[in-house]
Order: sequence, then structure tokens, then C-alpha cells
Amino acid sequence: MSEIYDLLIVGGGPAGLSAGVYGSRSRLKTAILQKGKPGGQAATTSDLENYPGFSRGTTGPELMGHMAKHAESFGTEILSEIVVDMELDGDIKKLKGKSGKEYQAKAVILAPGAQPRSLNIKGEHAFRGKGVSYCATCDADFFEELDIVVVGNGDAAIEEAMYLTKFAETVTIIVIHDEGILDCNKASAEIAFANPKIKWVWNSVLHEIKGDGLVESVIIKNIKTGELSEMQTNGVFFFVGTVPNTEILKGKVELTEHGYIITNDLMETSVPGVYAAGDARVKYLRQVITAASDGAIAAVAAEKYLAEEEGFKERVLNAKEPLMVVFWAPQSEESIAGVSTLEKIVGTKEGKVKLVKIDTYRNQRVAKRYDINVIPSVLFFQNGKLLDKIYGVFNENDIIEKIATVFTES
Amino acid sequence: MIELTKENFEQEVLKAEGLVMVDFWSEKCEPCKALMPSVHDLAENNAGKAKFCSLNTAGNKRLAISQKVLGLPTIAFYKNGEKIAELTKDFAIEDVEAKLNELA
Ligand SMILES: Cc1cc2nc3c(=O)[nH]c(=O)nc-3n(C[C@H](O)[C@H](O)[C@H](O)COP(=O)(O)OP(=O)(O)OC[C@H]3O[C@@H](n4cnc5c(N)ncnc54)[C@H](O)[C@@H]3O)c2cc1C
Repeated sequence: MSEIYDLLIVGGGPAGLSAGVYGSRSRLKTAILQKGKPGGQAATTSDLENYPGFSRGTTGPELMGHMAKHAESFGTEILSEIVVDMELDGDIKKLKGKSGKEYQAKAVILAPGAQPRSLNIKGEHAFRGKGVSYCATCDADFFEELDIVVVGNGDAAIEEAMYLTKFAETVTIIVIHDEGILDCNKASAEIAFANPKIKWVWNSVLHEIKGDGLVESVIIKNIKTGELSEMQTNGVFFFVGTVPNTEILKGKVELTEHGYIITNDLMETSVPGVYAAGDARVKYLRQVITAASDGAIAAVAAEKYLAEEEGFKERVLNAKEPLMVVFWAPQSEESIAGVSTLEKIVGTKEGKVKLVKIDTYRNQRVAKRYDINVIPSVLFFQNGKLLDKIYGVFNENDIIEKIATVFTES
Repeated sequence: MIELTKENFEQEVLKAEGLVMVDFWSEKCEPCKALMPSVHDLAENNAGKAKFCSLNTAGNKRLAISQKVLGLPTIAFYKNGEKIAELTKDFAIEDVEAKLNELA
């Protein structure tokens, strides 16, 4: 059997790398499983100028290189592996790699990010790598002195179009909106409008990509008039949003109908001990800084989970002697009274019966696992085995009776 | 792996007998660089099955386009000078290995 990590992270973009920094810095045995080189989508963009502390001139690969080194400096292992399947239920989570290796961990952070959305336009798939591209930094070189088309008009589209003008002769942006309306931020829009190499086609969508081996032309459809027109071009770049890389998570954690992972503020997914961070989860803003923030929260939440699980195991499941676990909360008078009743009884047993108190306000997970819906509730354990339980309010005699009947030596 | 240029491409690939694998890459292509170590391992572990070459498309753009390569990463297989298979964009090293074994 392979070694067991405290924390395994799926995906080495900004979310996964930040989780790695926080996880390994708090001394968790941490590894990131990443398809190829770390960095994620952020490493595919040249200009990355809005991550605080890294201003003008910062490139995506550069910033992500720093993040990867930072994570490794605290002990995070970054392993080249594509995760193809996982078993997330249970204390020990198992991740299967494409290489055939299996990895085990006590907690998992899912940070698989997203990939460019394709519009499934006629020719889009067939001409991939033949003039159709989703990555400006990868392919811009090819289009020196050539003419290209950009589809999309959000922040990423306009910024990448601007980068492409450093290479291409002309960059024609096809915009679905009325003239002058772009989805990107105002500052970028103004710079783009002033760029003489950028041409605009308004009220239009891409209808078809044509060519013979390589892209030669596109058919553009005007959505107002329905008119189709053909335009010569050498390349087509798509920046029309992304889709989450969560195909392998279907049926494993709760997803939205569009495939985004559902989490709460602690980045907890629907499965205990499994967290999600970054572009792959439901959120308002998908950027490097929010991905990094998610990663930090997920790692800290995972660390707390591990400490609680470890604590419960040590104090309850590994204990030999007769033991009562009481679930209480500071807001419930009845549960506080229950705790003092138990303390009194335990005091008379001269150490033969132990008491473990669990504040359900702070630790809901253990309560949920034992179906505790009312407080106070008491569980009776011996040799780590659950023998009996009392749900709801009890009096002194209830407890004394149970102790006498349930425990073998008290 | 053999480094290809405008000058030797014809000799090493188009006039070569047998199977030739060409890894098209460039310094700016992060996915290419991510893939590269495993491509080199693959070449080492399969020496004899094919001739393994790489072409830096920066400075060899026209050559790449003449081979109908207009996007990276791309790995192409040639047999007796003719391109018989190609992987482009979304592929993993396992896919390259499978293709190599299929063709070799
Ligand atoms: C062209 C472009 C320009 C952008 N510009 C900016 C910008 O200027 N500023 C900004 O803040 N944000 C920008 N963004 C957005 C930013 O890149 C993302 O929000 C951010 O990268 C999300 O980080 P992530 O860690 O959640 O996911 P990703 O960056 O998508 O990383 C996820 C990683 O997980 C890996 N992975 C997925 N599935 C598996 C698996 N099964 N096994 C192993 N590995 C797996 C992927 O290969 C990937 O490397 C841009 C995005 C694009 C596409």
C-alpha cells in the first residue's frame, strides 16, 4: 500500500498551489497531483497585472512559477499525474492516476479549474491546431503578419486580443452586441478601441470556419439581419468563457447542472473531508486572487477537520475504558444541565468511567455522523465500540442505570 | 532527440525511411514545456521504435505551417516522409505512447 498523505490536492493552478502553501506550512503531509506542469490557466496568459503586489509587466507563467516554488519551499510535493477516478467516501480517500498509481489521503482538495468553452461551430473542432486556438501565448507566434479573428468580448478576450496585435497584422473581434458595447472592463475597452490593428464586427456571431488543411476563411452571421458573409483569415481565437473540469466528479460530490462544485464558505463539499477551491466551484468572480483565496480557506478548513477527526479517534475510538460522549452547546441550558449531571456521576466513579464533551456548535460533523439531532444526547462507548445512546433530556437515574447495564466493568 | 531546423528537416524527416516522431514546440508554449520531459523519457525508453525529433517553431514558423502545423503543442508522426498521424492540443503523454505503439 502506498503512503497516506494528510492532504492531496487535485490540480496545480493558483487554487491548488495556494492550498499547498497553507497545507504544507501547517505541517500537513501535502501533495498536488497536476496534469503536467503546474500553473493552470493563469500560466497561459501573458499579461497578468491584477494580482495585488505584482503590477505592470507581470506575466502569468512568471507569477505561477513563483507560486509553485513557494508551495514546494514548505514541503508540498508536486507530482505529475492526471487523476482519472476517486473514492471519496470513508476516512481514507483514494485517488487513481492515469499512470496506474493510487494515492491515499485523509483529506482532499479539489482544484481542477476550468478549460476554454468551445462553441461547437462547424469547423471549430476540425481546425484545432490548424488555425483554431484557445491559447494566445501558445500560438501567437504563428500569426506574425497574418490576419486573425477573435471571438468573445469579455476581459480575457479583449486582453488576449491586445496581446495578439503584437504579432498579427490585423485582429478582427466579432462581438455579439451593438456597436460600442463590450463585456470587458472600461479601461481595457478604451485601450482596445484606440488600437489601430483591431477591427470590429458588431451584432455578429461566428457561423463556420472553412479551409483546406489550415484555416482560410470564416463565415460571419449578422444576428440583426441574419445575413451571412465570408471573410478571409488565417486564424480564429476563441475566448468565450470556460467550463469546469469536473467530469470525473459526477456522482462523487454535489455539482450544479452546469458542473460547478457546490461548497459552503469553508469550501466544504457534500462529502466530509473533501473541499473544493478555484474556478471549478460555484462563485461570483473567477480570477487568480479568488482562486488563491479559496485554496487558503480550503487548506485551513481541511487542517481543522483533520485535527478534529484525529482528536475524536484518540479520545474516543482508541480508548479502552467505559466512556460517555455528551453532545452539548453553549446556547442550550438543558444541555449545560445535562453536562453537569454527567460530571457529577463520573466524579463518583473514581476514574472508571470517562466523559468526553463535544460542542455541537463547533463540531457538527461528529454529531451528524451519529445522527445527533437533539441536545443533550449521550453515547456510550467501550473499547471504541458504540454500545448505547440516549437522545434528548435525561436525569441522573437514567444515566446510572445505563452505566450499570451497558458497561461490563464499572 | 534530434533538433530539427529549416536546414535539416527535409533530410531528417521527409527523406527519412521508417517512422519519425516530431515534437513541435516553442519557448512561449507552456503546455509544450510541461510535456517535454515526458516526451524525452518516451524517446529514451522507446529508442529503436522510431526516430525522435523536436522542432522549435520560433524561427521555423514557415516550416511548421508548410507541415500544416498552426497550433501547439503538436506531435506528428511521419512514415517514409509522409505524415501519417498527428496529435494536437489536448493530449497526454499516454496518448503519444499509445500512438507510437500503434504505428511502430
Ligand atoms: C486567457 C485567460 C486570461 C486570464 N487572465 C487573467 C488575469 O489577467 N487575471 C486574473 O486574475 N485571472 C485571469 N484569468 C483567470 C484565471 O486564470 C483563473 O481564474 C485561475 O487560473 C483559476 O485557478 P484554478 O486553480 O481554480 O484553476 P486552473 O488555473 O484552471 O488550474 C487547474 C489545474 O488543474 C489541472 N487539472 C484539472 N483536472 C485535473 C485532473 N483530473 N488531474 C490532474 N490535474 C488536473 C489542470 O490541468 C490545471 O492545470 C485568465 C484566464 C484565461 C483563460
